[in-house]
Amino acid sequence: MPRAERRNLTFSEALREATEQCLSSDPRVVVLGEGVPDYKAVFGTTLGLREQFGSRRVLDMPLAENGMTGIAMGASLLGIKPVLVHQRIDFALLSMDQLINNAAKWHFLFGEKANVPFTIRALVGRGWGQGPQHSQSFHAMFAHVPGLKVVLPSNPYDAKGMLIAAVRDPNPVILLEHRWLYGFKSEVPRKMYEVPLDKARCARAGRHCTIAAFSLMTVEALRAAEALAEIGVEIEVIDLRCANPLDTAPVARSIRKTGYLVLADIASKTAGLLAEISSRMVESDFKALRKPPVRIALPDHPLPTTRGIADLCYPEAVDLAMACAKLLDIKSSRVLRRLRQRLLRPKPLDVPSFDFKGPF
Amino acid sequence: MSTSSSAPSRQILLDLFFSVLRIRRVQEALAARYDQWQMRCPIHLCIGQEAVASGVCKALTKKDVVFSNHRSHGHYLAKGGNLKKLIAELYGKETGCASGFGGSMHLIDRRAGFLGSTPIVAGTVPLAVGAAWALSMKKKDSIAAAFFGDGCFEEGAMHESLIFGALKKLPILFVCENNGYSVYTPLEERQPDRPIYKIAQAHGWEASSANGDDVLEVYIKTTRAVERLRSGGRPQFLEFSTHRWREHCGPNEDDQRAYRGKDELPLWKKHCPVAELQNQLTLKKILTPGLLASFENRIRREIEAAFRFAEQSAFPPRRLAERIYASS
Repeated sequence: MPRAERRNLTFSEALREATEQCLSSDPRVVVLGEGVPDYKAVFGTTLGLREQFGSRRVLDMPLAENGMTGIAMGASLLGIKPVLVHQRIDFALLSMDQLINNAAKWHFLFGEKANVPFTIRALVGRGWGQGPQHSQSFHAMFAHVPGLKVVLPSNPYDAKGMLIAAVRDPNPVILLEHRWLYGFKSEVPRKMYEVPLDKARCARAGRHCTIAAFSLMTVEALRAAEALAEIGVEIEVIDLRCANPLDTAPVARSIRKTGYLVLADIASKTAGLLAEISSRMVESDFKALRKPPVRIALPDHPLPTTRGIADLCYPEAVDLAMACAKLLDIKSSRVLRRLRQRLLRPKPLDVPSFDFKGPF
Repeated sequence: MSTSSSAPSRQILLDLFFSVLRIRRVQEALAARYDQWQMRCPIHLCIGQEAVASGVCKALTKKDVVFSNHRSHGHYLAKGGNLKKLIAELYGKETGCASGFGGSMHLIDRRAGFLGSTPIVAGTVPLAVGAAWALSMKKKDSIAAAFFGDGCFEEGAMHESLIFGALKKLPILFVCENNGYSVYTPLEERQPDRPIYKIAQAHGWEASSANGDDVLEVYIKTTRAVERLRSGGRPQFLEFSTHRWREHCGPNEDDQRAYRGKDELPLWKKHCPVAELQNQLTLKKILTPGLLASFENRIRREIEAAFRFAEQSAFPPRRLAERIYASS
């Protein structure tokens, strides 16, 4: 047999391929959401699926997020495996009753007599003037509800594997996709495979300081780690990936090695998951920590739309690198200046790069 | 079970009577024993509302599925839910229909097609529509039904469900039990003065209203609605006026609280769904005193056995965290 051709896919192509493979391998899978079959196809992630699988399995839906969440869940009780897509997670707020009161609890409250195999995809994150009602990220809020699984892939490989695992999972799973990740590429196998929904991952090994990050902040952490490596500082990057169940064992293992911890999130800081992780580390590995953990997250205010002050709102690689340097007592202004110059991005800061064409 | 729209047979009439009588006696037994503190959960008795549950479920088959709300004992029993498992559930025992985890407000019996009841108003309404959607995708000829109260029309999920049900022309039956009160608040304080069923009509459903205290009327109306659904008709909506005799939650009467008119309860009791059918069937000589006594005996023995079963059952095993997620 010829060796399987290696190829790279973007994050959105990986999601589309996962969805296509789920639809073709399991007749119980249906995909629904506002705009799913339109020509923009939720930023390409559902492109061509209606043509391939028909309008009974790939469908648009009324702008009725709560009702439709309950309807999809009701179908799941009879063995259908719905994938419901929200183009903005902010829309999912309208479905909290069905999600929290019904989907999350059904298996537990009926004494394990029924279960809810239900996948929800939702876009989160910053950029292009999305503003306070289009750029929120609620993994902490969802993770607070026992019974929901909440995951945030940070690369195309995980996006495909986690979506497939979510569809195959017998529980409600929420997959949060940061819009800036959509254009990023990585190697993605053609075959169907699963990435576990309850395991963090070591994205880069290092011995001087640990950065544990969610979603896009993993990409920022890897950028920071690269720059710090140039001055001889080895950062270990943990991609947290799962908000519930939250896997902090790799973080604990890492700080036992490094002694320093920087935590990074794409949501506001107060009452967020970084506090939970920090607290767990203090409980389990207090003596390993040579300094208190540092949290880098969004500010505790609604996010303005203007690009002019985006740097006040969204921490990036440079902020993570500076936090590591501070923990490690790197004081040389020459070194710090070099780090900053290496990592600061040219303005405007409302796109990940100048070749970025969306999704917006 | 019959889906004929001709006049109900003698057997169906007796089945309907047995059903309303059984639901009534079970509710009375729950009320009588509630102060023993073995049922440590809120109970919402459906005394006065037995006819809707009995008439609707008699028009369904075992393969049809239903969802319900907080006042669900009658729906559960009429659909064929297991009585022993119901009482054990109220006792919080592992032999309960929800393994003791649900209590009175979360009942389930999948084998009977009773897919779940919950206490959030309109909470299970979209679930029923989703079940109907699944049935239509699987090309089954079963239908899904939702029982709910008048309060649902104040919830968005109801209107969202009406939209999708009509849009996809699903095999769905909505049964609105309009008892005129949400807890202690009358309908007039909550909704404008218009018939509820007309809202469903405006959404493209076939809808009508009827007397929900008359079990025969309920049965005949539902049978016709179900026939229309099975022959590919539009979603069906039935609004039944009915009456809750006891307090919203708990075993007692509460007329002395004067939240409703003095003449209301006596009037409803005059049109008691159990007594009216009993009188009719007695007049027609379908129900003889001997048969009535045998029904009462059978029900009494069944209830006693169910309470014994609940008392003798154990509490659920002391494991919780591993129950959160289903394993594949």
